[in-house]
Amino acid sequence: MKDLIKNKIAFASFVFIIVIIIFAIFAPFIAMYDPTAIDDQSLLTPPSKYHIFGTDTLGRDIFSRIVYGSRISLSIGFIAVGIAVLIGIFFGSIAGYYDGRIDSVIMRFVDIMLCFPTFFLILAVVAILEPSIFNIMVVIGATSWMGVARLVRAEVLSLKERDYVAASRVMGASDGWIILKHLIPNAIGPVLVSTTLGIGGAILVESALSFLGIGVQPPTPSWGNILMDGKSTLGVAWWLTVFPGIFILLTVLAYNLLGEGLRDILEPRLKND
Amino acid sequence: MIQYIIRRMLGLVPVFFGITLISFFVIHLAPGKPTDIQTSLNPKVSYEARLRLEKLYGLDKPIHIQYINWLNRFITFDFGRSYVDDRLVWKKIRERIPITLLINISSLILILGIGIPLGVISAVKRKSIMDRLTTIFVFIGFSIPEFWLSLLLMSLFGISLGILPISGIKSLDFEYFSLLGKIFDITKHLILPVSIAAFGSLAGISRYMRSSMIGIIRQDFIRTARAKGLKEAEVIYKHALKNALLPVITILGLSIPGLIGGSVIFESIFAIPGMGRLFYESVMARDYPTIMGILSIGAMLTLVGNLLADIAYSYADPRISLPAGQAGVTKET
Repeated sequence: MKDLIKNKIAFASFVFIIVIIIFAIFAPFIAMYDPTAIDDQSLLTPPSKYHIFGTDTLGRDIFSRIVYGSRISLSIGFIAVGIAVLIGIFFGSIAGYYDGRIDSVIMRFVDIMLCFPTFFLILAVVAILEPSIFNIMVVIGATSWMGVARLVRAEVLSLKERDYVAASRVMGASDGWIILKHLIPNAIGPVLVSTTLGIGGAILVESALSFLGIGVQPPTPSWGNILMDGKSTLGVAWWLTVFPGIFILLTVLAYNLLGEGLRDILEPRLKND
Repeated sequence: MIQYIIRRMLGLVPVFFGITLISFFVIHLAPGKPTDIQTSLNPKVSYEARLRLEKLYGLDKPIHIQYINWLNRFITFDFGRSYVDDRLVWKKIRERIPITLLINISSLILILGIGIPLGVISAVKRKSIMDRLTTIFVFIGFSIPEFWLSLLLMSLFGISLGILPISGIKSLDFEYFSLLGKIFDITKHLILPVSIAAFGSLAGISRYMRSSMIGIIRQDFIRTARAKGLKEAEVIYKHALKNALLPVITILGLSIPGLIGGSVIFESIFAIPGMGRLFYESVMARDYPTIMGILSIGAMLTLVGNLLADIAYSYADPRISLPAGQAGVTKET
C-alpha cells in the first residue's frame, strides 16, 4: 500500500476507481433523476444546469443513466473476471502440479481457447442464450481465463520444487493441501496484475456487446447501451456519445494504469523504465 | 524447414477440431431450437410440421450424431444451407471473405508499419518526449472502446468535415468510375475502419516491441557489437532488432483472433458487408449452419495466421525449426 501511494499514476487510478465504485454503490443518492424516467418536456436537451450531461431521445437524464450504468458495467467487470480467475487458478495449478499427461491435455485446451475468435463465440452464446446480465458475466469469464491459467502454471512449476513444499509432503500433506495452502497463495501475485487488467478488458467487452444490442437490454442502463442510443443521434446530440464514452475510457484506463503500477510494485525486476 | 512446417500444420489439426467441437456443442446445447422462430411465431404450424422441419435440419438426432454429420459434410466444405434464405452457407461466406480479409490485412500492415518503429524508437530513446508520448498513446489505445472512437471519428470526418464517407465500401456511382477512381473510392471508404481496427493492436505491438527491445539492448552481444566499433544504427537495426522481433511475432499471431472478432464491431458500425456483419446477422436469426460456418472459417484464418507467425519466427530464429535436441536447445512448448 505504501508503494502504491508513492507511484503517483497508479495511486490516482486507484482513487478514480474508488470514486466510480462509490458512484455505483450510492447511485440513488448521486443521480439526480430516475435513470429510466421518461420526460417528454425535455427531449434531447443539451447539457444544462438541470441536466449536466443533457438528456436522450426519451428525455432521460444522461448523468443519472451513467451513474446507474456504472453498477451494471462494474459488476459485470468484477464478476466476469472473478470467474475467469477461479477457472484459471484451477486449471493452472493442476497443470503445473501434475505435469505430464494432465498438464499437456490442459495446456492443449488452453491453446485451443487462445485460437478462438473469442468475440464471435461470446456474441453467439449471449445472443442464443438470450442476453441477460448473468449470461454475459459467465460467458466473458469462461472465455478469458487462459492467461491466468498460464501464469499460475508457470509459478506452480517453479514453486513446487521449493524445500518447504518437500517438507510439507514429508510431513504427510496431501496434494490438495499442498496446492491450496502452499502453491496457490504464493502464485497469486502475478494473478493480481492480470486481474486488474482483466477488469478493464471485461468492461470493454460488455460495452461492445451492449452497443451491438446483444448485451444489457434497455431500459436497464449500461455504459454500452447508452452509447447505442447515441449512435442514432450522432451529429445531432454529441452529448449522448461523448459522456458515456469518456466514462468507459477513463475507467478502463484507470484499471490498466493501476495494473501496470501493481506490476512495477510486485515485480520490481521486470520494471522497464 | 519444410519438415518443420509440416509438423506445425499437423499440430494445428487437433486444435481446429477442438474449436469446432466446442463451438458446435455450445451453440447446439442452448435451449430452444432455430425452428422456434419459424414455428412458434406462426400459430398455423402444427406439431407434426414442426417435427418434420426439425427432421429436415437433422435437429431430431442426438447432438454427437449431429456433430459427426456436420464434420462429414465439412470435409468437403459443405456447411449446409442457411436457415434464413436457403442459400449455400459456403457461398454466402465466400462472397463476404475478401472484404474482411482486405480490412484485416491492411490493418495488420498498418500495425506492423507503425507499431514496430514506434516501439524501437521509444526503446532506444528511453524517457525522451517521444517515448512518453508513445506511452500515453499506448495506454489510451489499450483502454479506448473502439466503437466509441469510430463514432467520434465518423462524426468528425463524416459529418462535421464531410471529407470521408461513413458507411459501406463504395459510392453509389461506383460503376461509372475508372479503375483508378474505383480504387480511390474503396480506399476512401476504408480509411476510417482500417485505421480504427489497427489502433488498439498497434498500441499493444509497440509496447511489446519496446520492452523486448529494452531487454535485448542490455545484453552482452550488443555491448560486444558496440565495442567492436559498429555504428549505432547498425547495432540497433542489424543486431538488436532481429532478436527483439521474435516475441513480437508471437504476440502478432495471438492478436489475430482479436482482429477477426473485432470485424463484427467495425462492419456493423460502418455498414461494411463483410464476414463480421454476416455473423452478426446470422446470430440474430439463429442461423446455426452459417454461425458454425463462420466460426470454422474464422478459426481457420486464425490458425493460418498463427502458422505464418510460426514460420516467420523460425525464419528469424533458425534454432526453432530443428528437431528438439539437435539444436542444443529444447523447443519451448
